[in-house]
Amino acid sequence: MGTKRMNASRRNFLKKSAALAGTILATSALAPFNAIIFAAGEPEDKTKIWYGIGIDIEKCIGCGMCAKACKSENNVPKEPFYYRSWVEQYTIKNDGSINVVSPNGGIDGFTQTVPEEELFKTFFVPKMCNHCAKSPCTQVCPVGATFESPEGITLVDKEYCIGCAYCIQACPYGCRYLHPVTKTADKCTLCYHRITKGLKPACVEVCPTGARIYGDLNDKEGELHKFLKEHNCQVLKPNLNTGSKLFYNGLSAEVR
Amino acid sequence: MPVQLKTLIPLFAVFIILFLIARHFLIPDSFGKYGHYRANSIDEIAALPINYAGKAVCIDCHDTEAELLASDAHAGLSCEVCHGPNAKHADDYEIKEYLIKQGTREFCGRCHSLNPARKIEVINQIDIKEHHPEKENCIDCHNPHAVWELKE
Amino acid sequence: MEHLYEILKHVDGFIYPNEIELQWGILIILYPYITGLVAGAFILASLERVFKIKVLRPTYHLALLTALAFLIVAGLPLVSHLGHPFRSYEILTTPQLGSAMAIFGFVYLWYLMVVLLLEIWFDYRYDLVIWSNESKGIKRRIYKILTLGVTDISPKALAWDKKLGYIITVIGIPSAFLLHGYVGFIFGSIKANPWWSTVLMPVIFLLSAMVSGIALVMFLYMVVSWIRKVKIDMACLDEIGKFLFMVLILDFTLESLDQVHRIYEAEESFEILHMLVTGKLTYTLFIFQGLMGTIIPLLTLGFFRMYLPKEKLRKPIYFLVSCLVLFGVFFMRWNVVIGGQLFSKSFLGFTSFKLGMVGLEGFWMALVWMIMPFLILSFILWLLPPWKKHSEETV
Repeated sequence: MGTKRMNASRRNFLKKSAALAGTILATSALAPFNAIIFAAGEPEDKTKIWYGIGIDIEKCIGCGMCAKACKSENNVPKEPFYYRSWVEQYTIKNDGSINVVSPNGGIDGFTQTVPEEELFKTFFVPKMCNHCAKSPCTQVCPVGATFESPEGITLVDKEYCIGCAYCIQACPYGCRYLHPVTKTADKCTLCYHRITKGLKPACVEVCPTGARIYGDLNDKEGELHKFLKEHNCQVLKPNLNTGSKLFYNGLSAEVR
Repeated sequence: MPVQLKTLIPLFAVFIILFLIARHFLIPDSFGKYGHYRANSIDEIAALPINYAGKAVCIDCHDTEAELLASDAHAGLSCEVCHGPNAKHADDYEIKEYLIKQGTREFCGRCHSLNPARKIEVINQIDIKEHHPEKENCIDCHNPHAVWELKE
Repeated sequence: MEHLYEILKHVDGFIYPNEIELQWGILIILYPYITGLVAGAFILASLERVFKIKVLRPTYHLALLTALAFLIVAGLPLVSHLGHPFRSYEILTTPQLGSAMAIFGFVYLWYLMVVLLLEIWFDYRYDLVIWSNESKGIKRRIYKILTLGVTDISPKALAWDKKLGYIITVIGIPSAFLLHGYVGFIFGSIKANPWWSTVLMPVIFLLSAMVSGIALVMFLYMVVSWIRKVKIDMACLDEIGKFLFMVLILDFTLESLDQVHRIYEAEESFEILHMLVTGKLTYTLFIFQGLMGTIIPLLTLGFFRMYLPKEKLRKPIYFLVSCLVLFGVFFMRWNVVIGGQLFSKSFLGFTSFKLGMVGLEGFWMALVWMIMPFLILSFILWLLPPWKKHSEETV
């Protein structure tokens, strides 16, 4: 009886330790392959807000209101060389040629000049900062003048930027420019001054078809999570592993 | 120790100490609080003034227009899409010079002119030149707040 | 902003709307060019000192002083191109170590203060003490200050000069490699730009730096000798020619390897880079950098390995070759810096670049930056003439 009991407790002990070892082994083996890490990088704190953006290309009608509102809201220079947000119109003809235009960033609207019988497909792609989780632009800033905020938004400190333009070279998406007045790097802030006041970013506010959404990637009940769940989304240039947090629904392979 | 080093080592030490002192005074106060950047810049960016007031603020006062808008096809639109950024008007009702009242063929055409890149399921489109050429502007017939309430 | 509207008319295909203006112009071409000259000249100097190639003795001091003169200028085009030059101290006070550019300040200071100035000081200390006793007036005072008060010229102290100088030179070689390899990394580490992003970039930069630095010393040695009306040491010149030939082969091989690799792998960016190379860079890459800067010097120097023509013919040819190499390496930098910004990161089009004449980023300003190191060198040669050194005869 005594020995039996001892055997049982030893068996239990062995069982427990095996289970424990197995769990440790399994989690340590699985952790590096967590797909979300590859997709978007990982927030430092999963209980806090971590912003992402969703753009539905199917819904975009190319009115250019987002690009226009962006300039008005953020006092971006009006000249056609500086954009925090812009819209591109892709036109793929039956002969396979790809034509892309973004006249004045789409601010004045678009027209389609290719006759319908020659068209293979055509669509609009709104562009803006991808607020990458592994930003190539913040990586190269020599002084720490551009950074990812705790909410996952890439910002520029215009009082500290030395204007070396290295970040502009490093952004694969062409989202940065050197501001002609402040002589510092400038870019989309996801309207940080609005979202911290409970307002939507200007481009989201004015989009007439609801093609743009933004939200907390950590909020499993949130709008952005729903968008990502219901659509097959893709990011731009995934091969560069920038951890882009701008997710496109209906992104065509031609888009760069 | 060689005589050269007796001079060089103190000299370099002085350089380094001077650099460290200068560095101490040159680094901004809030630098490094959250990360390798000036933490105060976050607050500075957050404190920037807004230009778009947001629909919620508009419909607070303009409740009749809001009700009309909600009743028709433009229900999803924010007021400032057409009327322009008006945080100033929201702050002070008398400031109206930035209010835009659009309704031209060109303006409405930004969304509604025919373009194969626009999905017909998403947006109604017309040929802005051919559609009722006898009228000058879209708002001559359509009420932008309730587009299908046509004027005669 | 007129020039941007002008460029807008010349945009070819589609570029992202922020890409119209080139962020890095002629000043950023000068920066790696001048830094490269420094590293190359220093490496040539250390060949004599560390690797005991005695035939190069006549150019040892010239090479060192050249490196110093050019290093003093090297950082200036970089700082002056900044949007806020007066904030440049931030790179020393809060360097963001994830950035390839961040340690530039430290690498630069290390190389200037610890390597070049110290090596020259150890080398000239004996002469500074002697000269400070021999000369009068302001010159005497300058020499006195330069001795830093270390006036001991006993054989024991001089032996330390030699020993410490040697140690510094040994440290200096990896430092020179670091300085310029690192400049290459600034470009090579930008994954967004396929024209820059290659692991070979630091090596290519380093080798072309050595090529240009050696050519510069060759050029300066001949010019200085002509001005001083002394006979050029042909054995020394031939030896420099030999090293130039060797490094040119390595440089040419690696740059070709880089291109062959690109062409064979033919990644996503291949079409746009092909268009870039055969379009906007045709002259600067194939004619200036390739033919004039590489192939002609390579063939000439290679021919000299088989058959040495008479001295009278050899001298002008060496002179011409050094000029061609300096010209070619300048366009190598041009092709990297400008070439990498001409095509859109959408890979669907090109912007254009036209070098203006006036302004901070213009041709004249660049010329000023380019002439300045020669003026500084003239001053240093006046102050510290290698041909008047006492240590040559006595020690």
